[in-house]
Parts: sequence; C-alpha cells; structure tokens
Amino acid sequence: MTSQTWTTQPDSYRIVITGIGLTAPNGNNLSEFRKNLLEGVSGLDWMEVRHMGRLAAGNCDFDEKKYQSRKMRKRGTRAGAIGIYCAHEALLDSGRTIEEEERDDVGIYVGITEHGNVETENEIHELYQNDLNTEFWSHHHNPRTVANAPAGEISLNLGVTGPAYTVGAACAAGNLGLIHGAQMIRAGEVKWAIAGGISESTHTFGIFAAFNAQGALGSDEDPAKATKPLDKERNGIAVSEGGCLYILETLESAKQRGAKIYGEIAGYHVNSDATDFVLPNNERQVQCMNKAMKKAGLEAKNIDVVSMHATGTSLGDIQEAKAVREVFDHSDNTLINATKGFIGHCMGAAGALELAGNIPSFEDSMVHGCKNIFDLDPECEMKGLVTKGHVNKDVKIILNNSFGMLGINSALIIAKYEN
Amino acid sequence: MNATEVRQIVLDIIEDVALDEDVSNLNDEVALREQLDLDSMDFLDIVMELKKRHKVEVPQEDYPRLATMSSCVEYLTPKFQ
Repeated sequence: MTSQTWTTQPDSYRIVITGIGLTAPNGNNLSEFRKNLLEGVSGLDWMEVRHMGRLAAGNCDFDEKKYQSRKMRKRGTRAGAIGIYCAHEALLDSGRTIEEEERDDVGIYVGITEHGNVETENEIHELYQNDLNTEFWSHHHNPRTVANAPAGEISLNLGVTGPAYTVGAACAAGNLGLIHGAQMIRAGEVKWAIAGGISESTHTFGIFAAFNAQGALGSDEDPAKATKPLDKERNGIAVSEGGCLYILETLESAKQRGAKIYGEIAGYHVNSDATDFVLPNNERQVQCMNKAMKKAGLEAKNIDVVSMHATGTSLGDIQEAKAVREVFDHSDNTLINATKGFIGHCMGAAGALELAGNIPSFEDSMVHGCKNIFDLDPECEMKGLVTKGHVNKDVKIILNNSFGMLGINSALIIAKYEN
Repeated sequence: MNATEVRQIVLDIIEDVALDEDVSNLNDEVALREQLDLDSMDFLDIVMELKKRHKVEVPQEDYPRLATMSSCVEYLTPKFQ
C-alpha cells in the first residue's frame, strides 16, 4: 500500500481532469492519437521551411475553421488557432459550457515554449519585399506577438473573462500549464480551468536553423525516422507543432456534475538546474522526479508508467536515461516509454500531449511503446523500457517528465481516479 | 480613375478584410460598421491595404471619412487621380 497524500485531501482541494482536447501531428482527438500511438503511426513528414528547404517536421491537419471565423483566423496566430481548436474540443469532451454567470470564474493557462517568432519572421520577410520600408509593417504585429496572445485568442473566442495568460517554460511548458491551472483552482482564483500547452514552432525557420546550428536537428532519408529518441543512431529532434488543453476542476465539482474523470493530479514538482543554458542536469531531474513522488506520498515502485521527455538529442537522452535509472532501476513495477519518435518535439505542447497519449492506459490497460528505436543505445538502456509496440498492464499512476532550456524541469504525476 | 472604379477598389479591399461577410448588397449611404462586423483593427487593415496596393495614404485625422461607402468614394477619388 502507498501512503498516497492526494486521496486524504477534501474533494474541494483535489484536482481532476474532466476533458481533453488535442491536435497532434498524428491525431486530432484523443482516441485517434491513442490509436496511432498503439499502432505505431508516425506524424512526421516533409515540410518546406523558408530559407532551409525540405525538412522533416510534425504538422497538424485539424480544421482551423471549425471553431473560428476566417477573419479572426487571419487576424490571429497559428498558436491561437491551435488553442481555440483544443479548448473547444476539451469543453465538448467535458460537457462544460461557458455560462454567462460563471465566465469570470474560468481560467485559461496555456504553456508555451516561445511565442512571436513566427509573426516576427513573417513581418521581416515582408519588410525585405518592401525595400526595408517599415511603413508597411503590420499593426497586427504587436497583438500577434505579445506573450499572452494564444491564451488571449482563446478567451476572445470563448468569451471567458477570467484570467487568461500563457506560462513560458520552454519545453516543460505543457506540464507547467497543467500545474499552474491546478494551483490557481486550489488558490481559489478560479472555479475551473482550461490548461495545457500549445506550439506553432514549425512555422518559424529560426527554430529549425538554431537546432541545426546546435547540431541537434534530426534527419533521415525517411521523414518518419527523422528523430530516433534513445536509438544509437539518433541525431536530433524533429520540430513539431501541436496542442493539448485539459479541463481541470475540483473533484467536488466533477462529482456534482457527474462528469467523466480521466484522472487526478496526484503530485508534481518543478525545479531548475542553474547550470547551463541548454545542457540538461540529471542530478536535478532526479531531484524533480523524487520530489514529485514525495509530494504525492509515492515511491518509485508505485509508478506504473514513466513518460520520458526524450527528445532524440545525443546528450539529452543519455542524461535523462541516467536520471530515470537512478530513480526507477530498483522498481520491478515501472514501465517506461517516450512519445517523440511518433510526433517529434511539439515544444510547448509536448508535455501535455505526451501525458494525454498515456492517460487512456487507465482504461485500456495498455502501455504504448516508443517509436524509431532500431538499435537501443546502451547508454539509454533502462529497466522497463517499452521499446516498441505495446504492453498490457493495469495502470494506476503515470509520471510525466517534461524538461526545457535554461534548465527547467517538471515531473507531473496523474493517478487513475477510483471512487 | 472615376468614382465607380474607386468604389470597386474599396469594395475589393473590404471583401478581403471582412472575409466572412457578403458585401454585395452594401448601402452606400449607411455606415459600413452598421452593415458589416468591422472593428477598429479592420479599418486599420483597410487603410494599410490602400497604402500597399495603391500607394494611397489616409492620415489618421481622416479616418472618419471612411465611414460610409459614398464618403470613402468622395474622399478617395481625388487621391486616385
């Protein structure tokens, strides 16, 4: 038995997930995404990138016009369009609507790795077409590039008048959006929240060029194999876009509504390396996972699934594997997987999407494996690693790792809700 | 360029700005904002498109002159000469 702490809290303090809306390079809703993770379907393909030519990337093909007018799409950003799609899908999934009397009490918390690169590059491209005449620089530049833009676009679209802002946390942002949403509900700032992470990163050549300059842009003759997390021949990441927003509310309100409960936030931790701009620090990663488990009253053996950050870079995967081994090597129960071989690195959406891809295991009792591990790097070997396919297992606790540049680490633990 | 041609130019721009709306039955004497879902950002778009496509400048103090289709045509026609 565990001494799990979250179940000892009152229902008004316990935070549950009651809706999930997502778009990933290989699926536009949770069931499609889950099916493709179990069946090994890649979301990566060739893409023409400005100034760089054909590169492998992960793009989403959801219908932008499903919940947004053509005019507002043109005015806004791709990140906003992704956010609006995910928010509507999550609301529909949860059975919640934005009622006039409670729209002040809803929070929107969107994790982002970066924002504004896409629009700035587009404007600079136009500037060069206009002989560097800034008179043609668009008045849309500022509202499109302010850091809260994706969350603000969602609030405008839904008519939510509660707090709506982004949480900047590099590639840990998907987890951070969820964690922040839970904190704000517990603090009494909002009654319920739309929270998670999004990314529009494939539309900025600068991100591809910078990873390339860093020697960390994955490539292969086959775009579906451009990123190979944990494989011996891995050579970097595949840049992807995507989004995943959750409806978070207290267990008390979920019970009152009779809502479907996907899972419960059992614990989390966020810390910083304070050692390097880009290189990971496995000592801090270990600390982050351990502190998250301690807050939840759990031990390593209680964790059924560890969803790795594993981006497919040479050093990053080794460091995380080392950290995961240190924490979980003595657990005979824990299975480990990584999602980026399927969908690439969805940046600000990565943590939220990768968690979503694992949550159905509470119901279908399967743990999806990794993709693109052809020859496992001995330095990335971990007990319990599901290298491919899927494994049957009764899953009750998932620990989701998500790390980012400037040394931000996050570990989020989601538990199956059992009445 | 005559008034009819200027009207068509303005109409083309409005059609591109008010993407989701039918602009075929505009009443030239009634404020555009009363007939179409246009806000301040849309009017800035119209001004920007006049500058980009036709090199016609509309200073900020003259924005009220773009209120109706007929005031647009009256104000802009001399600028297209």
